Amino acid sequence: MKRLRRTMLFIPGNNPAMLQDAAILGADSIILDLEDAVSLTEKDSARSLVKHAIKNMDYSSIELVVRINPLDTEFGLEDLTTIAKVKPDALMIPKATQQQLLDIDFLLDKIEKEENIENSSIKLIPIIETALALETVYEIVKSSKRVIAVLLGAEDLTSDFAIKRTKEGEEIFYARNRVSTACRAARIDAVDTPFTDTNDFEGLEKDSRKAKSLGFTGKAAINPRQVDLIHSVFAPTAQEIKYALRIIFAKKDAKEKGLGVFSLDGKMIDAPIINRAMTTIDLAKVLNIL
Amino acid sequence: MIITKVGKSGTLESSDILIMVVPNKDHGINIELESIVMKQFGDQIKNIIIDQVKKMDIQNIKIIAQDKGSLDCTIRARVETAINRAM
Amino acid sequence: MINSIGREFPNEILGYKKVIPFKGAFSDTGIKEKTSVKVIAYKPGTEKILESITEMLHKVGMKDGMTISFHHHLRNGDFVLNNVVDAIAKMGIKNITLAPSSIFPIHSPLVDHIKNGVITKIVTDYIGGPVGEAITNGYLKNPAVLMTHGGRPRAIESGDLHIDVAFIAAPACDSSGNINGVYGKAACGCLGYAIADAQYADIVVAITDNIVEYPACPIEISQEFVDYILKVESIGYSAGIVSGTTKITQNPVGLKIAKMAAKIIDETGYVKTGMSFQTGAGGTSLAVADELKKIMKSKNIVGSFASGGITGYLVDMLDEGLFKNLFDVQCFDLKAIESYRDNPKHQGMSGSLYGNPNNKGAIVNNLDVMILGATEIDTDFNVNVITGSDGIIMGGSGGHSDTAAGAKISIVVTNLIKGRLPIIKDKVITVTTPGESIDVIVTERGIAVNPKRQDLIEKLKSSNLPIMTIFELKEKAEMLTGKAKALDFTDQIVAVVEYRDGSVIDVVRKPVS
Repeated sequence: MKRLRRTMLFIPGNNPAMLQDAAILGADSIILDLEDAVSLTEKDSARSLVKHAIKNMDYSSIELVVRINPLDTEFGLEDLTTIAKVKPDALMIPKATQQQLLDIDFLLDKIEKEENIENSSIKLIPIIETALALETVYEIVKSSKRVIAVLLGAEDLTSDFAIKRTKEGEEIFYARNRVSTACRAARIDAVDTPFTDTNDFEGLEKDSRKAKSLGFTGKAAINPRQVDLIHSVFAPTAQEIKYALRIIFAKKDAKEKGLGVFSLDGKMIDAPIINRAMTTIDLAKVLNIL
Repeated sequence: MIITKVGKSGTLESSDILIMVVPNKDHGINIELESIVMKQFGDQIKNIIIDQVKKMDIQNIKIIAQDKGSLDCTIRARVETAINRAM
Repeated sequence: MINSIGREFPNEILGYKKVIPFKGAFSDTGIKEKTSVKVIAYKPGTEKILESITEMLHKVGMKDGMTISFHHHLRNGDFVLNNVVDAIAKMGIKNITLAPSSIFPIHSPLVDHIKNGVITKIVTDYIGGPVGEAITNGYLKNPAVLMTHGGRPRAIESGDLHIDVAFIAAPACDSSGNINGVYGKAACGCLGYAIADAQYADIVVAITDNIVEYPACPIEISQEFVDYILKVESIGYSAGIVSGTTKITQNPVGLKIAKMAAKIIDETGYVKTGMSFQTGAGGTSLAVADELKKIMKSKNIVGSFASGGITGYLVDMLDEGLFKNLFDVQCFDLKAIESYRDNPKHQGMSGSLYGNPNNKGAIVNNLDVMILGATEIDTDFNVNVITGSDGIIMGGSGGHSDTAAGAKISIVVTNLIKGRLPIIKDKVITVTTPGESIDVIVTERGIAVNPKRQDLIEKLKSSNLPIMTIFELKEKAEMLTGKAKALDFTDQIVAVVEYRDGSVIDVVRKPVS
């Protein structure tokens, strides 16, 4: 069963209290952040804290991701070599480019071999947050077999475009579509950009539903209070589950009668619809709704 | 390994530990510890600090630590960073 | 001797009465007697109002060795206790037994009086602030006696605690001594903890900053119990009396705990029409009320009552129709005071009606769901709310033992770890509430159900919640923190912890410095 990635919660890497509680805040994935959440003078502190936390604390109940600094900064390479050795589930790569991913992939191969870690066990999640990255997103995804998901970073992206970032998100409509398409084509998760107003839960719900409707499979969170709401949006509704069950039963029924295609409520049900129904039911089972 | 200057890392926030390391030529490993859980974990905290210092191959160092209930991994990280900054 | 939950203390404790060991939460029932009370029959026209505190102390015959009492409805904004004790000290009087229903940080001037021998004994249900530290360090001549909010009225009614003079801070008082707590600049709501004092003390003095027109309706404590009235400048300051609206926690860990606790209440079948509920005033406790509210609304549940110390939060639930009534023993904020004053569905209760085990049924016996806190819990589910992890007295049962005993399900909500210290230990430093009264422990990393409650374990069999044994929960904590070294204590007993029935459930010893 594919791992749930409805929420990815950012945790500042330089905060011991939050590192302690990260695994029990309810998110499916946690991103220990060495990049934007950490000031330049504390990059070494954060790297050390995250390294020791991963080595000593039990993060087995969630997906453990570390956002390292870009390779072209003075911190990136040290982040990569230090953190890879303690085997997080994935590294999150900011300002992702094809070349960066190729370089990282190569370095990880080396480190995994040296450290007797199974090859390709450390995955990659590139952040699409520049115009160039958006334009070449499918190539970025395909540049390494380690890529398991993509995060859309709308704050930096709109900054690169020198346009205004809004709650309604009209300005990132194309970017969302493009990222979602590339991810779907590559059969990987598409994770939506965080909603930055942590006190606006109505806005968060609207934004999450928008992302879901465009094919995103999950959303980043910057505050633990956002997690439950995002989960409820990315879970199938009772209606969706009921409909999916009806499709599966109708399919079984049709098979017994020796029919290939069948219709339900006057609508022809073919393979894609059956597949979507099965995904819904699988997700419902994992979420214990079923 | 020898540290050549003063190095600091950490904060006085809850669950953190503030570590200051100072060169201590030929006087061995010397630790001054203040902790909100002194009675319950004082010895354990000192041991972790000494262990981390030894792991980094340092024989002479003075460490002043103010602990606010930090876990072992946090202590190790703060000591490690402070020492690296003092090299 | 060793009592029924394995706590050890001497057969005789110097400065304390005959030691009766705790034998179980409901081991002492049957016929109980109430003590008789002496009253002075007043002729019509008797003037009760006195001019000064000195005159008052002379009139009541204040002398060495007396027992005096106060209520704590003015909480951390109370001036009365300090003013009276200061005046008593100035008269050169010594060896007073102080019996306030609770002590707060504002009462820190007591520390000097303790050191000077003015106060040589303290009987109370809760000690917050510097007084707790002074007592733990052994400055009080006799061991303090810690009771519960239900046990104190029991002791007063039975005669175990004889009060010579009860001082009742009165936010509104008329010339005949009728008192209410809902009017005046020091309004505090109901006066539940003063009722037993008013009824049984030899002499009762109302101390007020607000003499109102006769009669001072709605009457909380009537003139039939009041001997004298002292008018003072101010009995307390409102910012310290009421906290404004107490707030639900924003801490994500606290919120997670609250969500899990609400789910437990639901999955064990206690969310149902006519349910009753009580919770504390702290951030996480209120968050539980909030989560429960969501579940009740989604199932269209109307409860019979919510009780306890009442906050604006519970008043909202009453006003929204989620509960039919409130039983109030103490108002925590302005909203609660106003609701108590104006809404007949918001009913007061005395400490005795609330939790006295020796009457024909206290409200805690009608309680379904109780949410509690803890400073420590041991693997027998015994709970400590008296001493902190450093062994210093910083609290007290309050209504903890009473509600835990009466409620059909008692749930402790707490972080598993506080500042590197695991909350779950092999043995707690001080037992306040025995394990037999505690049903579920909810922490952010797991939930433990008391093995004595097989019915709950059965109901939670197919739950998605992280339910484990208390030993597994303890281990989870220790894996993170390492094992804490136990504290060392001297043999000096600085406080005796009485269970609701007056038996000794534990003692507090002075820690080795």
